[in-house]
Amino acid sequence: MQQLLFAIATMAAGVLGCAAYFFGTNWILDKLFPSKGLTGPVASRNLRITNAIRPWLFLGPAMFSLAIYLIYPVIASVWLSLHDRAGENFVGLNNFVWMFNDGEFRQSIYNNFLWLLVVPAAATFFGLIIAALTDRIWWGNIAKTLIFMPMAISFVGASVIWKFIYDYRAEGTEQIGLLNALVVYFGGSPEAWVTLPFWNNFFLMVILIWIQTGFAMVILSAALRGIPEETVEAAVIDGANGLQIFFKIMIPQMWGTIAVVWTTITILVLKVFDIVLAMTNGQWQSQVLANLMFDWMFRGGGDFGRGAAIAVIIMVLVIPIMIWNIRNAAKEMEGH
Amino acid sequence: MIASSRSPLVWLVHLSVILLVVLWTLPTAGLLISSLRDKDQLAVSGWWTALSTSSQNLTGRAASPEAQVERDGKFVIAGNLLEGGNSKVSAFGFRPLQPTAFAVGTPADIGDGQTLTVKDDGSYEIVSPTRMEGTRGQRIFYTAAIPPRFTFDNYREVMRAEGIGASFINSLTVAIPATVIPILVAAFAAYALAWMKFPGRAILIAVVVGLLVVPLQMSLIPLLKLYNGVGAFLGVPAKTYVGIWLAHMGFGLPLAIYLLRNYMAGLPREIMESARVDGASDFDIFIKIILPLSFPALASFSIFQFLWTWNDLLVAMVFLGTGNNELVLTGRLVNLLGSRGGNWEILTASAFVTIIVPLIVFFTLQRYLVRGLLAGSVKGG
Repeated sequence: MQQLLFAIATMAAGVLGCAAYFFGTNWILDKLFPSKGLTGPVASRNLRITNAIRPWLFLGPAMFSLAIYLIYPVIASVWLSLHDRAGENFVGLNNFVWMFNDGEFRQSIYNNFLWLLVVPAAATFFGLIIAALTDRIWWGNIAKTLIFMPMAISFVGASVIWKFIYDYRAEGTEQIGLLNALVVYFGGSPEAWVTLPFWNNFFLMVILIWIQTGFAMVILSAALRGIPEETVEAAVIDGANGLQIFFKIMIPQMWGTIAVVWTTITILVLKVFDIVLAMTNGQWQSQVLANLMFDWMFRGGGDFGRGAAIAVIIMVLVIPIMIWNIRNAAKEMEGH
Repeated sequence: MIASSRSPLVWLVHLSVILLVVLWTLPTAGLLISSLRDKDQLAVSGWWTALSTSSQNLTGRAASPEAQVERDGKFVIAGNLLEGGNSKVSAFGFRPLQPTAFAVGTPADIGDGQTLTVKDDGSYEIVSPTRMEGTRGQRIFYTAAIPPRFTFDNYREVMRAEGIGASFINSLTVAIPATVIPILVAAFAAYALAWMKFPGRAILIAVVVGLLVVPLQMSLIPLLKLYNGVGAFLGVPAKTYVGIWLAHMGFGLPLAIYLLRNYMAGLPREIMESARVDGASDFDIFIKIILPLSFPALASFSIFQFLWTWNDLLVAMVFLGTGNNELVLTGRLVNLLGSRGGNWEILTASAFVTIIVPLIVFFTLQRYLVRGLLAGSVKGG
């Protein structure tokens, strides 16, 4: 309880500190270069100066924070990836050479590739289907809320939920995991699903698909509503049926949004860590890059060179999407 | 809007949506139901049977011969295998290999002229013509039908013994300041990027959009080194709450600035221009006009940031210690998965405690969450 009070006190102090900074610097600026109530060249000169300085006062704390927590680390990670485990001696590309000869790394790349192939596609597909179906029924919003709900659940919480579903008991005893119970009910024999190499990847992917479908659904549902009525009506008049309208009229108008959903989930997949850590911790050939990176960060006291090298690989995979996002944002800004 | 309401297709739509909703809610429902079940029942039967009577094979031991009484010239040991409740015994036996050899009520010959009888209410009777010897009671195997039982015991256990209660406080300690502190910082920056003119604005916006997708993994090692260095320099621990609050603020800022800037840029220009004509500075305009108008966007961001900091595992594992007063819920849950892997009563109850707060936030503030999602995803060409 005391700890919580400390947290709330710090929070108040932090907010007050920020407010004091903004009000204080602004007050000083107005005192140094007064323009209110003045006329003539001095006032306009002061106004010009304050207008040039004020944006940087507004941006200051945010830029400082972004520089320390995101920009500096990106540069430092690249630098560290070229150094040894303690980050002291320059080793050139040795970490990367090691990486590509390391079986575990190759396994992770392969698994990440599977994840990238399956999860964005499946989540977008289900999201699109659900968005289209719920659009037509009166209780669609309730259905959407329920499917959206896993979004709020942590990856670790979701892992526990699904680990319970995949639970395995020896053949002949009663299965308490839903999946094995179904398998047994239909005459199969139970399996310890998360320990099956190769296939366990898919059992882990299900968790992320379960979480991300709601996100895809919400965005695509809005895009669906944004489709101009006239295009659909014209198709109806031309005698198109429901499926034709969906595939030939609606989908083509939503490509932009589908791409956004797809890339957003792709980024998330590259960073997936919690699910693998909680479900298998990379055992049974289910390792992925983010978990491998975390592992090397602390393995044997921590190998910062190799850890950073793996992080750089993740970053390189993200860069194409980053560029695409920046170009889209820039295009949109021109429109304003 | 396309298919006519009489069409059989509509029924197909209803059915598929029901199926999808069931698929998406069943896992969480299973967790909730399981966490409320009696732990002995949870261990032997699926949660979908929670409402039906479960049949369990159990072992009990009769009272020791010291408890025997003489009745009508015979020696009798009597007692009850079931401790109250509404359970019913359906069969019993006295050999481990034949645990259900006898139907209830039938006397079983257990040797030396002794007979054992178990009734369906669990009461048993061993009758012997001679005085019985020994100190240990006869083992009795039986099958009992046990009615469903729901309890909060699992929750009571995890909150105290498993440290979930302490971690709950820790998670709140991390999430609340990490949500509130960045808001003002982000709002000022967003206003500058949306409405103030200065050289380099377009580049800064591009940088923010780029930083939106930078993987956290890139930040971890350099920041860990930095924190260790700062901690050693100042003589304080490297892993503190202040450290994680600042880290969460840094990682949350790109989304915050992006969301708020998009929202503020969409506000009508006339409001600001008329205020400027009246002699208001950018500072006054922001504090008096823009900030109050931006409430919906601020709410969206706060919800995102709260859910993200509450659900985060990675940042907490790197920047916060693992002591009882620092381990957050997600970290505790991962530890329990390792140490209590088979104890589903512990895991389900713990997991539900960790997800209940985000679920409450989700159901009460869903409107803002959806709005934030729509504004936060970079719009496609």
